[in-house]
Amino acid sequence: MKKELWKGNEAIAEAAIRAGCKAYFGYPITPQNEIPEYMSKRMPESGGVFVQAESEVAAINMLYGASAAGVRAMTSSSSPGISLKQEGISYMVGADLPGVVVNMMRGGPGLGTIQPSQSDYFQATRTPGHGDGHMIALAPASIQEAVDLMWDAFEMTDNYRTLVMILADGMIGQMMEPIVWRHEQPVPEVDKPWAADGRDGDGKTHFVTSLRLQSPANEQFNLSLEEKYEIIQRDEVRYEEKGCKDADIIICAFGTTARIVSTAIRMLKEEGINAGLFRPITVWPYPSQQLKELASQDSVKAVLTVEMNLGQMHEDVRLAVGERKPTPFYGRTGGMVPEPRHIADRVREILREVSK
Amino acid sequence: MTQTQVVYERSKGLKDVETHYCPGCHHGIIHKLIAEVLVEMNLLDTAVGISPVGCSVLAGDYINCDFVQAAHGRAPAVATGIKRTRPDLTVFTYQGDGDLASIGAGEIVHATMRGERFTTIFINNAIYGMTGGQMAPTTLVGQKATTAQGGRDPLQHGQPMRMSEMLSTLDGMAYCERVCVADVPHLTKAKRAVKKAFTLQQQGIGHTFIEFLSTCPTNWGMSAVDAGKWVKSHMTQVYPLGVIKDITAKEST
Repeated sequence: MKKELWKGNEAIAEAAIRAGCKAYFGYPITPQNEIPEYMSKRMPESGGVFVQAESEVAAINMLYGASAAGVRAMTSSSSPGISLKQEGISYMVGADLPGVVVNMMRGGPGLGTIQPSQSDYFQATRTPGHGDGHMIALAPASIQEAVDLMWDAFEMTDNYRTLVMILADGMIGQMMEPIVWRHEQPVPEVDKPWAADGRDGDGKTHFVTSLRLQSPANEQFNLSLEEKYEIIQRDEVRYEEKGCKDADIIICAFGTTARIVSTAIRMLKEEGINAGLFRPITVWPYPSQQLKELASQDSVKAVLTVEMNLGQMHEDVRLAVGERKPTPFYGRTGGMVPEPRHIADRVREILREVSK
Repeated sequence: MTQTQVVYERSKGLKDVETHYCPGCHHGIIHKLIAEVLVEMNLLDTAVGISPVGCSVLAGDYINCDFVQAAHGRAPAVATGIKRTRPDLTVFTYQGDGDLASIGAGEIVHATMRGERFTTIFINNAIYGMTGGQMAPTTLVGQKATTAQGGRDPLQHGQPMRMSEMLSTLDGMAYCERVCVADVPHLTKAKRAVKKAFTLQQQGIGHTFIEFLSTCPTNWGMSAVDAGKWVKSHMTQVYPLGVIKDITAKEST
């Protein structure tokens, strides 16, 4: 297949269109501006709809409307904008609506910085807004993977009627990498008999709502979501592991950070230290069982988590590994990026500590 | 045996359910007008309404077409998402004054600016109904509310917002009329306005907007009859009835 050089944000936008996305609603915020810019030109060319909304709040509600009418649609933003979208995201969870949301994470809190970060992990994986609920959260580590995941994102969002977030750090959006277009066809359309797109032949109406005034009905709805989430947790876990078998130490990292960790692992290898990489691709659902099994090997002395935040996925690693092994952490935050040599230093330090 | 003749029956545009609205509230009458217009224009099968947060959140339980319930104030954005992706559908929002003029002020301004080709039904009863009678941006000066217990004071709370006039300054507004249903002649006019708005929506010439002056006897502390009278005696003084903008009229002169 032919390799093409693409900028991350533009590749994601093009991938969404090729995967069958019919509408995009967005608002400018760095570092994801190339997504609305690209969509403004290409979406109408491909027969879809582009609207530059007046705010992130409006954009997510336009997505809510399109999705309620049964149309495959997406929005994108970056951290402060995602906070604004949380209202609409919660309503979409409550109304059981599909949709894809791209978060090109930047350093927070508040306005923070436009440099890359992974500090929206909790926001993406714990609960997408108020109330019980989840989104499927996919964390690409390269532009190629981000592109390929757009097909998975639209397939999963339609099949499960559950929001999917592409949780990428700003580096994925801003850098250029060679990619190949592996998919030739859009994701097949699924039947949406619930859509508010006009009455059925027998006069039956559709009412897309998140309002369930009677608490028993609302509890029942929440329980039905939970059932769906259990299936997703069982069937949709994705991860990559490299060299974890018989490793001295497992390093757990997602997104771009995993690539920096790979460099550190190569440096350590030269010194005879066997470090394995465990990289969750779905950060919700989290590959807890798989990590637990790898961490349980006798050779593994510790499981180190490395992130561009102060230890958010670290919680999931600790939940998975429990008391089996030490679970130290190394991270940079606020838009700072960890360096391979510092990760390697931390590994040496950990191995010294555990061998005492 | 005497022959009986049906002279009035429930519109097919309304579902056969009991109402939850208070006695004297005009939501029910306005729902009925919309339902009748949808039936008369043969739009029931292809209409999608967007209900707000507020008393009319359950509008979809009454009007016999598809509905999408929106977050507080966001109905114009939701309607944009539907109408842009499904221009074949007839799309209308149904928003109260707290929803449209307060928390959703941004969304309605920008939907109008873009000339979104859906119809807004704006219900102005000068108060927050469902939450129990708090002051709205539309509350009249001196009118009592639970958050303005001595009456709205312009020095503290500002003056009532005239959304129809404000929005009509935008080029995207194609048709804007303020109506009420406090008596039969006004009701007839109101129905004509709704019909015109839906007709112009089919032509896709811009945003169409009907403001209804409505009642809230419960939170106004009035009888149903007095509330209807108060609309005409007090509300119309601040919010004059009539066509505020009609770009089709301009074209014909």
